[in-house]
Amino acid sequence: MTPEALLGGFRDAPIQTARAFRAALEAMARPGTIWSVEGASPPAPMSIAAGVLILTLCDGTTPVYLGPSLDLPLIQDWITFHTGAPLVTAEQARFALGTWADLRPVNRFAIGSPDYPDRSATLIVEMPELGATGAILSGPGIKDKTSLSLPETATFRANRTLFPQGFDTYLTCDTRLAGLPRSTIVEAA
Amino acid sequence: MITAAKTKERQNWMGLLARAAPVKVSLLLPEMPPHDLLRGPEIGAVMVRGRIGGTGQPFNLGEMTVTRCTIRLACGTVGHAHIQGRDKSHAVRAAVLDALLQTDQAAALTAQVLAPLQDAETAARQLRASKAAATKVEFFTLVRGEDK
Repeated sequence: MTPEALLGGFRDAPIQTARAFRAALEAMARPGTIWSVEGASPPAPMSIAAGVLILTLCDGTTPVYLGPSLDLPLIQDWITFHTGAPLVTAEQARFALGTWADLRPVNRFAIGSPDYPDRSATLIVEMPELGATGAILSGPGIKDKTSLSLPETATFRANRTLFPQGFDTYLTCDTRLAGLPRSTIVEAA
Repeated sequence: MITAAKTKERQNWMGLLARAAPVKVSLLLPEMPPHDLLRGPEIGAVMVRGRIGGTGQPFNLGEMTVTRCTIRLACGTVGHAHIQGRDKSHAVRAAVLDALLQTDQAAALTAQVLAPLQDAETAARQLRASKAAATKVEFFTLVRGEDK
């Protein structure tokens, strides 16, 4: 393990994780809203927001899948040192991290069972851009309609039809993140 | 190059610092060089496992509280510590010592800190062993007269 992998964790974990968790919670509760987070500095090319989510949500009991473009020794070591999360294949993962191209096809990921829909994966998608433009979202947590720059719409529409099963998604770009739960109805702009 | 002997040596001093009394270590190393905290100090629990039966089957003995810490010295050397108990300053001190013992100050620190700790531990073990030895019971059979 190189010394660089040991850097970039939270400085003041109790407060920083609480703030990050609040942002993650609000983002998932109000799909389409964009939240700024800070505190982590993960190795490139992982974004700060993705690093914050990993530090906040992952521990030894949440297997993580890394997409090919992020599956670098430095990132593996960083996640292992700071969270202790095991790195696994896409099928076993509770959290998956990568660009949209890395994570496709998404039918590899767990969607839970009818009895336990919570046993599903959460995708953390690294985006080149994140803004309130593009696909139109509606559903729980959204008053009327809102927009969010999704990588595509067809996959999320298909995911909505699986409800209450399905995966949840976080979109991250630099220090910003947005949530897209399985309950959101996505329409092309 | 990390050799097996060096790993063994490091395991020894990390174990010694983990078991040592916090007060003793802070008296032996009152001043810590400047360092960055990379992780922790944070308190958690680990399951201590033992071996049982003739085949050495593992079993869970119980949980114990540990505090872990990782630091980096100004020179870039990284030190880790997992200590028993919940004394955070002891965990930081043990991590700093672990880092310092990997630098060229190792020889001086071994004499200044590790040797007294080792002596104290050996003395404590001997005291306990001698107390236990004093309670040893010698069994013998009374003559009951059947042999006559």
